[in-house]
Amino acid sequence: MNSQKILALNGLSKTFGSVIANHNVSLDLYRGEVLALLGENGAGKTTLMNMIFGHYMPDSGSVDIEDTSGAFVPLSLGHPQAAIAAGIGMVHQHFTLAENLDALDNIMLGAERLNRLRRNKAAARGKVKDIMKESGLSAPLTVPVGQLTVGERQRVEILKALYRDVKILVLDEPTAVLTPQEADTLFGNIGKMTKNGLSVIFISHKLREVLAFSHRIAVLRHGAKVGEIATSQADERKIARMMVGSETEEHTRKLMPPGKPILCFEKVSVSGRSRRESLECIDLAVNECEILGIAGVSGNGQTALAGLISGMLRPNTGNIFVDGVAVKDVRPSVMVDAGVGRIPEDRHRDGIVGTMSVAENMIIECLDDQAVQRRGLLKWDTIQAQAEKMTVKYDVRGPGIEAPAQLLSGGNIQKLILARVFEAKPKLILANQPTRGLDMGAAADVAKRLLEARARGAGVVLISEDLDEILSLSDRIMVMNDGELTLAKTRDRAELGLLMAGDAE
Amino acid sequence: MDILQILLSESFWAASLRIATPLIFGVLGALICEKSGVLNLGIEGIFVAGAMTGWLAVWLGAGLWGGVLVAALAGGFFGLIHAVLTVPLGLSQHVSGLGVTLFATSVSYFSYRTALPTVTSPPRIEPFRPLDMPFLSDLPFFGPVLFQQTALTWLALFMVGLVWYVLNRTALGIAIKAVGDNPNSIDAQGLSVYALRTGAVVAGSALMALGGAFLTMSAFDAFFFGMVNGRGWVCIALVIFASWRPGKALLGALLFGAFDALQVRLQTEVGALVPSQVFLAAPYVLSIFALVIAARSADYPRALLTPWFKGQR
Repeated sequence: MNSQKILALNGLSKTFGSVIANHNVSLDLYRGEVLALLGENGAGKTTLMNMIFGHYMPDSGSVDIEDTSGAFVPLSLGHPQAAIAAGIGMVHQHFTLAENLDALDNIMLGAERLNRLRRNKAAARGKVKDIMKESGLSAPLTVPVGQLTVGERQRVEILKALYRDVKILVLDEPTAVLTPQEADTLFGNIGKMTKNGLSVIFISHKLREVLAFSHRIAVLRHGAKVGEIATSQADERKIARMMVGSETEEHTRKLMPPGKPILCFEKVSVSGRSRRESLECIDLAVNECEILGIAGVSGNGQTALAGLISGMLRPNTGNIFVDGVAVKDVRPSVMVDAGVGRIPEDRHRDGIVGTMSVAENMIIECLDDQAVQRRGLLKWDTIQAQAEKMTVKYDVRGPGIEAPAQLLSGGNIQKLILARVFEAKPKLILANQPTRGLDMGAAADVAKRLLEARARGAGVVLISEDLDEILSLSDRIMVMNDGELTLAKTRDRAELGLLMAGDAE
Repeated sequence: MDILQILLSESFWAASLRIATPLIFGVLGALICEKSGVLNLGIEGIFVAGAMTGWLAVWLGAGLWGGVLVAALAGGFFGLIHAVLTVPLGLSQHVSGLGVTLFATSVSYFSYRTALPTVTSPPRIEPFRPLDMPFLSDLPFFGPVLFQQTALTWLALFMVGLVWYVLNRTALGIAIKAVGDNPNSIDAQGLSVYALRTGAVVAGSALMALGGAFLTMSAFDAFFFGMVNGRGWVCIALVIFASWRPGKALLGALLFGAFDALQVRLQTEVGALVPSQVFLAAPYVLSIFALVIAARSADYPRALLTPWFKGQR
């Protein structure tokens, strides 16, 4: 790393209505450097990056960037086109992919001129293949993106940015959906590319990778920069304190004897559109007072398993028992009535109705309940009082209970879903990637709530790609690979990793 | 003459293709708009505007192709109104589209009456002649069906191929499909969502107007009030039937044309037994059935009807 400055943010501020997203943030980036941007949900990290990339116009402040001749020039703000031309690439947290196009078309989008009658897909494919080899990221190029898994889509997003020959790469939570091994590979390759002059800013909540792969750490809190530290001088406690202003506590998992089985799968098969959406002859049992962790890389059948437990998919053959009773007609409402609480993988799409208010989203699963309605008329006073109470109890922060739920940040949307699910006191909880993309505070909150539910006697199915999370929370661990479930006899990280890759023995 | 005989006759297929021609233009136009994420219910009015302006230009002394150009420009103009209202301003596409239909229809009728305040019978122009191809026109069956259509029918068939090529083989088409699926994908790559959608709506509307121009400059030789008669609405349904594919759009238009040609012939056959209104309604009823069957698997552009605003993510 040399110390040549190539990007400077000068006092950027941005407000949305009455919410201050960023206040007077100044930050420098040097050539060949990996800068980690840390902060809790809603601290303003994504807003800051969106201003660099031209999605948002800052209220005040400016950005200077080194141009091709080495001179420092102001970047024209508010235009992604200008940012791309200046050599800035951005990988967005929420995918910016056209699902009806294949990955190659998505990658080429905007990189080719629109007034040409012919396209050179062969050349583009060659270049993408080279980037794949170099970065270690691969994704199917010819399948419509809509059929790819979340993990694969994320990889396409990164490839899309790399394809534009960037000199500054902004990554908004790039590894949230990657396995630890894939994340390590990605950062290893990013390390290689930084040696050739690439500078990287990445947002992450995983302290382990921040400490392992960044050169410098900048911390945001409540929209303002509260500190910068060289990674060599940082440790987990130090940066955690900077982020939240106090130290976080570790949760402890008390040993509990498991109770009677609460969810049983008996030789359940389901066939989806592709092999990755199919399960064959799955046996599974979850007991009361037990957390069953399902480890594995996404796209190995987790979606189908979650679909079955939540009632979104019907099994082709086999039986599902909830609390000892066979569920004949597998439907979402039947599963909810049987006592299943669901925390979906894609919380924006499946967890909330974005245009409805926070209060409405709180009660959306219990509309039949006499507590919220009488003869079909909603009791607004009760609902609002309840919502106020829940937002305090579960620490849902945002513009208020009347605001549309889509205005909340990712972590607060998850807290809203937790409030809805846990208040119904379900017997079984399906938690599908519950901490993906959450900061430490919010992730710890999810873990605490899951352990509370377990202490209350509920069974929990925890599907996660985060092996650390699985190891710290689960009583038993099963590994999912290529549509098959294997009970892990070990808690060793390396051996579990091999099982996840399908290389057992 | 029974149905089989009708189906095997040259004149039936020639009529089907003739009736289908304005629908082909209309469906392709609506398809381009919707692929970019904008429903254009202005289509019915744009048909009227295309029919009127194209005819008027020829009647005032322009050449036939000059009239076609004028019609396309008129369609593009009304498309631009719809695009400005729905793309950067993000107003309801339904309301704006219906408004454009009312506006375009009224302005066309008004202009017609202003230009010709005193005439009682509509003045005629010399319309497009069938393209008489040497030798080919003499082929049995295919000769009369294909090679005696006018240049506008050939233009419509060419447009099917052109629209397919643009949407599937060019960067522009890929961008149009992307903006209709997820506008953020376009914005994040530095392209303009507004420009793409506006361009698609203007181009699609110009194509729709050609459908109208065919009516006054090829099928008939004059402009009448009410001559578009719901063809625009049929196109909106056919786009769904076609699942937003140009090839299937051609098929749908031909199918509707065939139903319509068939009902005219059946009327003369069994007209005494069944009221003629039943036959008039038949193509529409059959279209509804075809739509019900096809729409179940229709592949809607995900961002259809969803406005996008810069800086709101």
